[in-house]
Amino acid sequence: MLTSWAVDLANVKAIYPWQGAELIMVIAGVVAWILWHVIQLREEKEEFQKDVEEYGSKESIKKALDDHSL
Amino acid sequence: MGNNLDALTTVFTEFYYWVTVVFMFLIHVGFCMYEVGVSRRRNHLHTLMKNTMLIPLVTITFFFFGWWIYWAFPNGPFITGGLELEAAAANAPTSPNMGTDLSDRITGVFWAAFLLFSWTAASIVSGSVIERIRSGAFWIIAVMIGSVTWIIDAAWGWSANGWMVKLLGYHDAYASGVIHGIAGGTALGVLVVLGPRLGRFRADGTARDFVPHNPWLVTVGLFLIYTGFWGFYAACNVPIISPEGIGGLITGETWTATTIYLTPTTLGAITFNFLMSLSGGLLVAYLISNGNPFWTYSGGLAGIITASAGNDLYHPIQAMFIAGIGTFIAYKMHYWVERTFKIDDAVGAVAVHGYAGFAGLVIAGFMLWGYPSSPYEGYAAINPLGNTIGAIIMFFVLGFLPAWIVAKILNGMGLLRIPREVELMGLDFKSLADEEQARQDVRDAEKALV
Repeated sequence: MLTSWAVDLANVKAIYPWQGAELIMVIAGVVAWILWHVIQLREEKEEFQKDVEEYGSKESIKKALDDHSL
Repeated sequence: MGNNLDALTTVFTEFYYWVTVVFMFLIHVGFCMYEVGVSRRRNHLHTLMKNTMLIPLVTITFFFFGWWIYWAFPNGPFITGGLELEAAAANAPTSPNMGTDLSDRITGVFWAAFLLFSWTAASIVSGSVIERIRSGAFWIIAVMIGSVTWIIDAAWGWSANGWMVKLLGYHDAYASGVIHGIAGGTALGVLVVLGPRLGRFRADGTARDFVPHNPWLVTVGLFLIYTGFWGFYAACNVPIISPEGIGGLITGETWTATTIYLTPTTLGAITFNFLMSLSGGLLVAYLISNGNPFWTYSGGLAGIITASAGNDLYHPIQAMFIAGIGTFIAYKMHYWVERTFKIDDAVGAVAVHGYAGFAGLVIAGFMLWGYPSSPYEGYAAINPLGNTIGAIIMFFVLGFLPAWIVAKILNGMGLLRIPREVELMGLDFKSLADEEQARQDVRDAEKALV
């Protein structure tokens, strides 16, 4: 951990906090990334299912086609 | 930094690449505008978010593993050697210099320059699949091309020690194949599985014209892509390096700009050739499309993409004619493939990037036949067969094939295409209905105040 700038910068390398915990941070990042996809895919699937159930009738679709221009 | 000259060179190079990154951001802005402009009004919000969200997903995965792949895979592995684990270790996400590190000031800027190429590759695919792909499926494909397949092709064919350069004499200075060929092939692989938009083809097989909802957005978007392309070209060069720094066959003391292969070129050369190839593409596209703005602008892009493989060495007039030829091929191929295979490529990305990029590689193989592909000893010279094999690797092996397999898997899981009803109503139908309701509420409230 860096506690003072009274140093010769030629001797200074990494200065971010939690040095030595890079692998743990990478694992946490990868898990968060995969989790994001899982949650997103699930949410998207549920949203489409709900849309089809609520608005999927022929009348609703025709109304949507009339209401919303190309 | 050993001395003042080293320090100055490092700071200049650092700033040079940093500026290219900022310029290349405009490519993404342009693609978003272009894609949203082409989509129908009932789909434009989802279209925008689909392209926008590839930015964080490709960025974090490129940090986690994409950058490491570039340094680890130049030998294949197991074609000209094993994994380059030592070189890759310094570019792994666990490496201290992949953070704030006063002993390495430039890795982050290099990383970002390559990352912006990753966004571009994924963004090219995004436009062709609009209005019927699930965003979640697209984002998985975006990570695949942005952080895996394109960076493998870069390690193989866009690196000073890539096996394709060594064995095939592959030459692709400004990424006709390594970005555009692979992105076009990837788009085609997805499109084959995804299928056309509902109503795109009549019962007799002819295509209906889905008119862009905002042609101004489309054309301004393409202008911005041109602008960002300048940054892309600059980012493909090493701005200044000494023969000693290269450590190859070049003699004397003259410092130079080089390509990614460390072969000499100049900023003047790419400035001449960028503009002349843009012009060749625009001129031909205007004639063959009868002045259609969409195709004229896209033709400018196709022209640059075709000439890009050899724009480090071409004469500007050669760049102009090569661009015109590539644009002609891209335009004709687009409609032939559309008619024959019923492929609905909404923005012509397969043609403008894929066919033009493929053609550009083949042409460069002939035009630069016999030129050294590298400043180092023992590399194959540039040749037509090597560049044609390279084009096949880029478009089919690393582009089409992985995309087709992933799209098939996603389709089998019911995750590729949006439901038919939603496609007909439009992806934004709920947002649009809510917006209309909100407007009506305001109107009612105002009327009550009269």
